[in-house]
Amino acid sequence: MIELSNIKKAFNQGQPNEYWALHGIDLALEAGKVTAFRGPSGSGKTTLLTIVGCLSRPTSGRVRFKGEDISGLPERFLTDIRRQSFGFVFQQFNLIKGLSALENVILPAFPTGRPRHELVTAAEGIFDQLKLGHRSTAKVEWLSGGEQQRVAIARALINDPEVIIADEPTANLDTALSKEFMSILEGFTATGKTVLLTSHDPLVVDSTAVHRVVGMRDGRLTED
Amino acid sequence: MNPWLEKQRHLIDFTLASLGRRKTKNIGLLLAYTLLVFVLASLTLFTHALRSEASFVLAGSPEVILQRMVAGRHDLIPPNYIEKIGRIRGVQKKEGRLWGYYYDTVLNANYTFMARSADEVADGYIMVGNALARERGLAAHNTISFRSYSGKLFTFEVSAVLSPDSELLSADLVLLSENDFRRFFEYPAGHFTDIALSVANPQEVRNIAAKLSSALPDSRPILREEVLRTYQSVFDWREGIVLTVLAGAILAFAILAWEKASGLSAEEKREIGILKAIGWETGDVIRMKTWEGLLISLSAFLLGFIAAYVHVFHFDAAVFEPVLKGWSVLYPRFTLVPTVDGLQIATLFFFTVFPYTAAVLVPIWRAAITDPDAVMRA
Ligand SMILES: Nc1ncnc2c1ncn2[C@@H]1O[C@H](COP(=O)(O)OP(=O)(O)OP(=O)(O)O)[C@@H](O)[C@H]1O
Ligand SMILES: [Mg+2]
Repeated sequence: MIELSNIKKAFNQGQPNEYWALHGIDLALEAGKVTAFRGPSGSGKTTLLTIVGCLSRPTSGRVRFKGEDISGLPERFLTDIRRQSFGFVFQQFNLIKGLSALENVILPAFPTGRPRHELVTAAEGIFDQLKLGHRSTAKVEWLSGGEQQRVAIARALINDPEVIIADEPTANLDTALSKEFMSILEGFTATGKTVLLTSHDPLVVDSTAVHRVVGMRDGRLTED
Repeated sequence: MNPWLEKQRHLIDFTLASLGRRKTKNIGLLLAYTLLVFVLASLTLFTHALRSEASFVLAGSPEVILQRMVAGRHDLIPPNYIEKIGRIRGVQKKEGRLWGYYYDTVLNANYTFMARSADEVADGYIMVGNALARERGLAAHNTISFRSYSGKLFTFEVSAVLSPDSELLSADLVLLSENDFRRFFEYPAGHFTDIALSVANPQEVRNIAAKLSSALPDSRPILREEVLRTYQSVFDWREGIVLTVLAGAILAFAILAWEKASGLSAEEKREIGILKAIGWETGDVIRMKTWEGLLISLSAFLLGFIAAYVHVFHFDAAVFEPVLKGWSVLYPRFTLVPTVDGLQIATLFFFTVFPYTAAVLVPIWRAAITDPDAVMRA
């Protein structure tokens, strides 16, 4: 589904503080599976996910998504792909304060121009699945950490993407909530979604919900 | 519904929610902005209304008015003076006018009494200006008495209240017949206050004035175009003073807008990053912020303009009156007839809404074109 060939990424290229975060990554990721990236801090996991999720471009190398080379596409098209095909769950949740849970969830669908009532119905459906229905009108800053994360997950699902990308999804959760997150993940694979996540947490990496673990160190893949 | 429209609706919804989230900041901004528009709009509405009043007054006034001077002071026109002018080429009509001021102790105000021909106002009747009628509670067929300067009481019946086309012109006016005028003021028979001459061709006015001065060396011709120019320069000068004072306010607002613009808060930057990461295009973010800028500046413009309109035309520009209306102390009180000039609104609009929206958009645009991967690293 996603093929990376010889991906390199430099920050501040050509400047004295030039830094190569990725040194040539070759990787094929299967559809419908949960893949976890594991590695020490600074090994390039987040950087790799931003490239796969069309949040940034590789300095060199190719990214193929469903057989199509997307590394050279202009920003507009990358944004379209990102919106349609990728849903993000960030470590800090990155919800917009002052808005209700429901408002936050339907935000990614605004550029599609789908009518509001349709979006609200879809969001309510997702809330019910995530047992969050009773909190939909609450402002996000009043929600607990676990509730905030479920709002972030709901937001990642609103455009019905094929791929869910989650960077350190359990870093801010306790054991019980982390386990709950993993069971939500299993639900995703059941509906055929592809999941990419990074984690230091053995509870995540060793979970039966994870099909494949990819190790990273110093911007390179390690055998695992 | 059309997806494009839906999308704009979503963006506006989000904008409204955003504005609500930063209430104090946005209300403060809106107030400052509204105040600025209010002051600028009051000024332009007021000076424009005064200008059109003035040109209205002057449009109805004769091209040349001839006054007789004695020892450098305005004096009555003696009998046969008009005949002495003789025939001057280009002068269509010349007539002696009778007018004067009357101080009304009831209102502590000066009225202008002016004589009209018998077919306009019959003996025993008067026509009164709008403001005067309002202040003294007069309507057609009422009677009113004035005590003349010699102490005699005169009673008149009001035949009509003058139309308020131009209140500055007619506010304090009392029209009466020539006979009544002469009796009321004990005006010497055959004398006039001044002479009005109408000239068809504006090119000839200066020539005619020169001929008048040489034919009647003790007279002073007053040209309408000169009065107009004096008025204009007085208006411009006063507008200039107010604008100078306002420059401070405009500057303060510019700083405010600039600060709001360049000081895009970390929170706002983060939000732009989030929106981009979850699938908003740079253009969507900019459109949303454009709506925000437009909503603020349009509502400030509307509020400020409406407040200014009410201020100028219903409260007689109470705030500016002392500065702007100084020369018209003669008139007891008048309400300006509402006139609004499209070009003026457009100018005001352009100089308030446009710079603000632009000032807001530049930094937004800079924040919006950056790569969204930063949100992954909080
Ligand atoms: N914008 C940037 N400018 C310069 N260097 C950067 C930038 N973003 C990341 N880096 C560097 O790239 C390297 C890889 O970062 P990355 O965030 O991908 O690591 P990570 O594996 O996700 O680490 P962690 O487990 O701590 O999240 C790090 O050394 C980081 O300092
Ligand atoms: Mg990371």
